Amino acid sequence: MSTHEDRPPSGARPSLFLERQSYRRRRLTDAARLLPFLGAALLAVPLLWPDDPNRQQAVPLSSAMFYIFACWVGLIVASLVFGFAARRMSAQDESKPGSDQWPR
Amino acid sequence: MATLNVLILVCLGYVVLLFGVAFAADRLAAAGKGAWLRSSLIYTLSLSIYCTAWTFYGAVGNAARSGLEFVTIYLGPTLVMISWWWGLRKLVRVGRSHRVTSIADLISSRYGKSNTLAICVTILAVLGGTPYIALQLQSITLSFSIFADADPSGLYREGSSVFWVAAGLAVFAILFGTRNLDANERHHGVVTAIALESVVKLFALLAVGAFVVWGVAGGVGPMMDRIDASEIGHWNVDTGRWTTFIFLSAAAFVCLPRMFQVMVVENTDEGHLRTAAWAFPLYLLLISLFVVPIAVVGLDIMPEGSNPDLFVLTVPLSQGNDWLAMLSFIGGFSSATSMVIVTAMALSTMVSNHVVMPIWLSTQGGSGSVSGDVRHIVLLARRISIAVIMALGFFYYRLSGGGAALASIGLIAFAGIAQILPALVGGLFWRGATRTGALAGLTVGFLLWIYTLLLPGMGGVLMPESVLHSGPFGLSWLRPQALFGIEGMDPMVHTVMWSLSLNTIAFCVASLLSFPSPLERLQAAQFVNVFDHSVAPRGWTGSVAQSEDLMIMTQRILGAGPAHEFFQAEAEKQGGRASLPEPTPAFLERLERELSGSVGAATAHAMIGQIVGGSSVSVEDLLAVADESAQLLEYSGQLEAKSAELTRTARQLREANTKLTQISEQKDSFLSQVSHELRTPMTSIRAFSEIMRDTDELSPEEQTRYAAIIHDEALRLTRLLDDLLDLSVLESGRVSLNVGDDTLRSVLDRAVSSTLAGTSKTLTVRRTKAAERIPLQTDLDRLGQVFINLISNALKYCDADEPELTISAHDVGGHVVIDFVDNGSGIPPGSRSVVFEKFARVGGDKAGGAGLGLAICREIMQRLGGEIMYLPGQGGAAFRVRLPLAYQQAAQ
Repeated sequence: MSTHEDRPPSGARPSLFLERQSYRRRRLTDAARLLPFLGAALLAVPLLWPDDPNRQQAVPLSSAMFYIFACWVGLIVASLVFGFAARRMSAQDESKPGSDQWPR
Repeated sequence: MATLNVLILVCLGYVVLLFGVAFAADRLAAAGKGAWLRSSLIYTLSLSIYCTAWTFYGAVGNAARSGLEFVTIYLGPTLVMISWWWGLRKLVRVGRSHRVTSIADLISSRYGKSNTLAICVTILAVLGGTPYIALQLQSITLSFSIFADADPSGLYREGSSVFWVAAGLAVFAILFGTRNLDANERHHGVVTAIALESVVKLFALLAVGAFVVWGVAGGVGPMMDRIDASEIGHWNVDTGRWTTFIFLSAAAFVCLPRMFQVMVVENTDEGHLRTAAWAFPLYLLLISLFVVPIAVVGLDIMPEGSNPDLFVLTVPLSQGNDWLAMLSFIGGFSSATSMVIVTAMALSTMVSNHVVMPIWLSTQGGSGSVSGDVRHIVLLARRISIAVIMALGFFYYRLSGGGAALASIGLIAFAGIAQILPALVGGLFWRGATRTGALAGLTVGFLLWIYTLLLPGMGGVLMPESVLHSGPFGLSWLRPQALFGIEGMDPMVHTVMWSLSLNTIAFCVASLLSFPSPLERLQAAQFVNVFDHSVAPRGWTGSVAQSEDLMIMTQRILGAGPAHEFFQAEAEKQGGRASLPEPTPAFLERLERELSGSVGAATAHAMIGQIVGGSSVSVEDLLAVADESAQLLEYSGQLEAKSAELTRTARQLREANTKLTQISEQKDSFLSQVSHELRTPMTSIRAFSEIMRDTDELSPEEQTRYAAIIHDEALRLTRLLDDLLDLSVLESGRVSLNVGDDTLRSVLDRAVSSTLAGTSKTLTVRRTKAAERIPLQTDLDRLGQVFINLISNALKYCDADEPELTISAHDVGGHVVIDFVDNGSGIPPGSRSVVFEKFARVGGDKAGGAGLGLAICREIMQRLGGEIMYLPGQGGAAFRVRLPLAYQQAAQ
């Protein structure tokens, strides 16, 4: 097994540019990898909200709930979309010998 | 209102239901059916073991106390799940390819199979799990007390009920988790039961939430207004706690033994992670969806001072909805029991595998032969450790007083278990992480956690107030909740910050400074580059393709015939119409046993694992395989030696046989020759004696001539018989030697004169008498006999016109060598090898000897410790006599 992700498991020298299909798949993987960072950033937003003990400018709890649960749902949907896309693509790849089912 | 008895009956009924589910699932799995048992849905639901009574009761309590802070505990795992591509995928792959049985096993395996490390992680996990167990005990006890308060019979006492709850849960966990032993530590039954419990607790919480929103508050809009109007109606979360808890819950999600158990050990297919990556966050979202509404409504309608941890139960009760309350109670009971079962299972596995078994095996004298008793010992160890773990939880509950908020107890456990994180993450991603580093980090983090969080949390019994307020021995910078003089921090944030940062620093520094052992370095490479060393597993759903692969492999090992028979028998056993059996666990086990008979257990396991389990071959496997190969090599070496020995013996036997045949032939020819030699003189004796008897007119001359012939022949017979007798005496070795001292010269003198005396033939004997002054100590008569024989042979057979015999003697290092060379035509090459044989005569019968002379010479020389041989290439017939200067008995 090769350690480099663009290299086929064995045989010929890898081509520098990938087919559209593989390229999409790879970018999808990138998106999946970036998702947790997006999530962390979104969940860090409440740290910026005013923490006013007098409750004059404080964010109402319902809005806070709405924001957090909306982020949550967004992350779940993104993860779901990615999961299905990855499954579909890996299913396509299985018919093609030499392609790596699990990009590194 | 349900009475306590009804409640207990419901609990027991629920437990029986769980048992039934687990039993049925195990049966299905054993029969190789029920692929849905290994589906990603079951996997995801089993992950929700994360949501315990802390979630079910404590989240609402937490929300009622500090607003949205509760949600951090579910946001952390969400982040971990959606970043599965980074971390969990690797963790699961490592766990599967190295057949890891617990988190302690993983850590010890990564750091060169260090059992010290495994024990450390086990202790940490047990102590970290203690507050968590106490939390479950407390929640169940509290929920009982709610019903008991309303129960008119009033037999309920809190103190004893905690004990009974703990004991009941212990029995429950023992019955559930230690029914059987599985090599992979996989428990389909338990996982299925847990999946059911996840559904129950989610359904219960959603039902209460829906009741609160639509039944009490009157819809989503009014509910939102009510939330904003409540006392927790504004965003008021400490930023430090928000960040810390998200991080802490993420860390604990990975490190908790029970999470590791369901996530890694019970994982049957890596692909499940892809589903769980969105499905589990969804579960978490659903379970926290109604937490704030329940908390707000609870704060509204419940009397001042009621425990917010129990709002999930008390709100439906106060609204008179007994059935909902019962459902809620079952949900809480369910979340507590599932947590206790899996935690107890995971911890007891760790304790038995890493603490009890090494000790037990070492007390057994380290004998490698492990009998069937071990299973019994393992089960017993696990049962006892479950009991001990439950007892620890019980004592923690008693010591902490049982009054703390559920969430705060849970966080203490989280902070403890998170101390594994640096060693775990470092082990998976950094090849330079060493055992020493892991030990240092764990120790530092663990001690800091105990000192700053666990002991202060357990009240004044174990840590005096004075230490808490002014530090040990008055050292104020060592105050447990204000280390290094930094005050004002939240205790949880304080502990997590200090323990994890110092833990990480110790881990990194010690790793950088130490040098790992070879095994450790090997394992490090295997773990960190796990994707290069293992293939993506094909999952365990049996396909015929796998059976074909197995068949091909089996044929190579067992041979085509036996392999076909075996597979046929298995296919019939499974009752299938197909010619190949389904790769069920039972079939694989039998196949492995069959193969291990031929190639060794470890090799067989590795081979089947390669085809079916998708687990890559670990270092242990390789070592075991190498062991087996070494044994095989040694065995074949022994066989080779034996076969060489046999070959040698066979050759010796063949040689002996040839010799015997030769001797037998010699004997036959000897007998025929003897009879022939005896017959010739006898014939003439008989003939002449008959003439003398039957003929009357014989002249006296004739009579004298015939009598002389008879006499001569009789003499010849006598001589022959004498020679034969002499030879047989010599050959049988019964000859007695008269050893005497003289010089070679005088022996030769006597021999020459006695041979040449009274003969008509002429023979010139050339000698170098000066060289013959060699003193001898031997049987002089016998030696003389040899010399006489050789000289008379020269006299008889030398065919030169003027026969000459040259006798030369040399002293060669302890031996004397005497050569007799005549100037005749010598012995033809073809006869040279037989001249020393009996009755061997060269050149016909003309000399009239019996052919025994040289045979006798050879025997004599052998007796005297010397030898006689023919010397080719000397011009004529040449014999060399060689004998030691001094006769030695040993020379015989």
